[in-house]
Amino acid sequence: MSFVEYGDTIKDGDTAIVFLGHESMFPVKVQHGTVTQTKYGVIRHSTDLIGKKYGSKVTCSKGGWVFILHPTPELWTMNLPHRTQILYSTDISIITMMLELKPGSIVCESGTGSGSLSHALIRTVAPTGHLYTVEFHQQRAEKAREEFREHGVEHLVTVTNQDVCKNGFGVSNIADAVFLDIPSPWEAIGHAKSALKAEGGRICSFSPCIEQVQRTCLAMEEYGFTEINTLEILLRVYNVRTISLQIPDLGKEVEDNSSTGFDSSNPSHQGSPCANLQQGTVQFKSGVPLREVVGHTGYLTFATKS
Amino acid sequence: AMEGGPSARIREGDCAVLKRDEVFKAVSVLRRRKIIFEKQWFYLDNAIGHIYGTTFEVTSGGNLQPKQEVEETTTETKEAGTDNRNIVDDGKSQKLTHDDIKALKDKGIKGQEIVQQLIENSTTFRDKTEFAQDKYIKKKKKKYEAVITIVKPSTRILSTMYYAREPGKINHLRYDTLAQMLTLGNIHAGNKMIVMETCSGLVLGAVMERMGGYGSIIQMYPGGGPVRAATSCFGFPKPFFDNLHEFPLSKVQSLLSGTFTTETLPADPEENALVEEESSGLTEEKQTSLQETEEEPTPEAAMEINPTEEQDTMDINAEDAEFKENKEKENKENVREKQIKQWERRKKLLEAAALLREKNADGLIVASKFHPTPLLLALLEFVAPSRPFVVYCQYKEPLLDCYTKLRERGGVINLKLSETWLRNYQVLPDRSHPKLTMSGGGGYLLSGITVVLDKGKSDSSNSEALKMEEPSSKRCRLQDLPC
Repeated sequence: MSFVEYGDTIKDGDTAIVFLGHESMFPVKVQHGTVTQTKYGVIRHSTDLIGKKYGSKVTCSKGGWVFILHPTPELWTMNLPHRTQILYSTDISIITMMLELKPGSIVCESGTGSGSLSHALIRTVAPTGHLYTVEFHQQRAEKAREEFREHGVEHLVTVTNQDVCKNGFGVSNIADAVFLDIPSPWEAIGHAKSALKAEGGRICSFSPCIEQVQRTCLAMEEYGFTEINTLEILLRVYNVRTISLQIPDLGKEVEDNSSTGFDSSNPSHQGSPCANLQQGTVQFKSGVPLREVVGHTGYLTFATKS
Repeated sequence: AMEGGPSARIREGDCAVLKRDEVFKAVSVLRRRKIIFEKQWFYLDNAIGHIYGTTFEVTSGGNLQPKQEVEETTTETKEAGTDNRNIVDDGKSQKLTHDDIKALKDKGIKGQEIVQQLIENSTTFRDKTEFAQDKYIKKKKKKYEAVITIVKPSTRILSTMYYAREPGKINHLRYDTLAQMLTLGNIHAGNKMIVMETCSGLVLGAVMERMGGYGSIIQMYPGGGPVRAATSCFGFPKPFFDNLHEFPLSKVQSLLSGTFTTETLPADPEENALVEEESSGLTEEKQTSLQETEEEPTPEAAMEINPTEEQDTMDINAEDAEFKENKEKENKENVREKQIKQWERRKKLLEAAALLREKNADGLIVASKFHPTPLLLALLEFVAPSRPFVVYCQYKEPLLDCYTKLRERGGVINLKLSETWLRNYQVLPDRSHPKLTMSGGGGYLLSGITVVLDKGKSDSSNSEALKMEEPSSKRCRLQDLPC
């Protein structure tokens, strides 16, 4: 397995995802002789994991069971150890499409952070593309290198430990796209321009604050970028629930036989097929929004190098 | 010209996209072919050979000319007002008449100069605030400085174009929703993908772009053949199509039950005299399929589609024996050709069936006008365990049903019903604000991951279902209480 190529069976050294139930999962490094504790009991790697098919159900020592999943950048994003605030798949999706990334693309990124976007970019540009990612924090840069190695993608990425605003990306005139997620992106626009190929390269800058966006747009204009466009994207998730609503008691009619609306005492009443006449409730399926949703992550500004 | 390296150049026969501000239009690059775009008529001949991304102006002769980089006149502190309290909009502030402007245009005066004339002849211009002057100039430039950029097609460009111009053709799939599908589906090089779409081939094209020619795709299709009008716009190199297969939905049930046979193939669309817009068959028809996106189909193109039609309408003089003999030879050849084609089709069908039968696809993408539930329940059978699937539907309710049926079926986890909310911004110094909301109308997605299916154990799938559900919220329980 690797993050850029599917495998069928779990092997020693793989990173797998243990799925316990609704939105409860965690990554695990598969290793001979190791055990993993879960709330359902122990998972013995040698007997329970290695050699099993991805997607299999594994019964743990206490009797409960879990599913073992093949890693993907999306699952990794939901489960990786955070060293910084990360980008989630909603933003990652639109970034990928708007930067026109595909196999063979050369991408530059800064800052690497916790590697959430990095894994997604590597997956998209594989097997012939490359990611040049710059991180000014030494330990974060090293941790990223380690993870890329463990995930079998080190040949597709170069991690550079430097300040992109001062020293750029370490490459020039070859990138198809540049991505910036740093505090002062306007200071890196010049470096971004020189890293990008001569014509048609795409750039994206992610900033939580509109003031940062304003300065960045100005810098992009000054450096001759065109098609400058800022947007934001938010995810709305719905829980599928069967809802029962009570029919209110509006009292009985006195003599009149004509019925109006829901009349639970009239057996010939057509009404809604879901009406439960005995209990006086109506059932239906609904997509119910979550109570707490993400209201803002950051503004995404895209532009083209002309 | 697909990978990085030297920038791609516009070549004859390409599908290119014309862009003016936020308006896009896909066209075929052909010489002496008149194009209408944004109220302008021109030929693309002069664009051939230029790099994609070049901006052109339309000359008075209807030819394209690369736009010169013009030095923006340094903004000296211009005269401006503070607010609009004294500005009366009586429609009389512009001294130039329609005729005056037309005369300028006819003289060949450049758009830039016309805008300058308009400013000078506006009585209220100097009373406007700086921001209002800015806005005025931008508006006039947009109208009179007609520049067109020719861009290389991509998922970004085409999905934006289709959503703006022909959303009905793509089931109102908004481009950010498409972006989510590609990522949630982990579409990447090397996958074996199953794609079922009725979006003119846009979704197929997007999947192909993300796979870069590696791996394989089996496109499921309703009716006589898949529609790939949008796919041809991407301009993929021929090898990309080597591993693109197709399989008719009408044969899915037989494949699943093991009774599949190639004896009764779906009706060959080529045999139909009428050319329906929707059926493009399995032959390469780049030019004709592009007609869908142009505003005026050309008569030559319509004739390209049906070589057999010509034959049917030929009335032969039977008395000419030699002619008759030649005609018989021709007929035999045509029959043979047809037989070869049929044999090839059958062979391809068997190949696609074999690929499906392996039941090890790396993912499933559905985006169609059909109710999603039967599609998913059937097509998931061909997907390997621990693989993502994504279903798009213009409406939420069918996905509620789909979700429920999938829970009953089991073998899926991490089911998520979602939509994305997209908002564009205007960013200008002291004038930044959202532009327009596009929330709603983008469609809905149901995504999930397959797992090994425990068939015949209804108990385990029930307990599975319970485990997968979020504990019902307090809010729901309150509704069950008696009043």
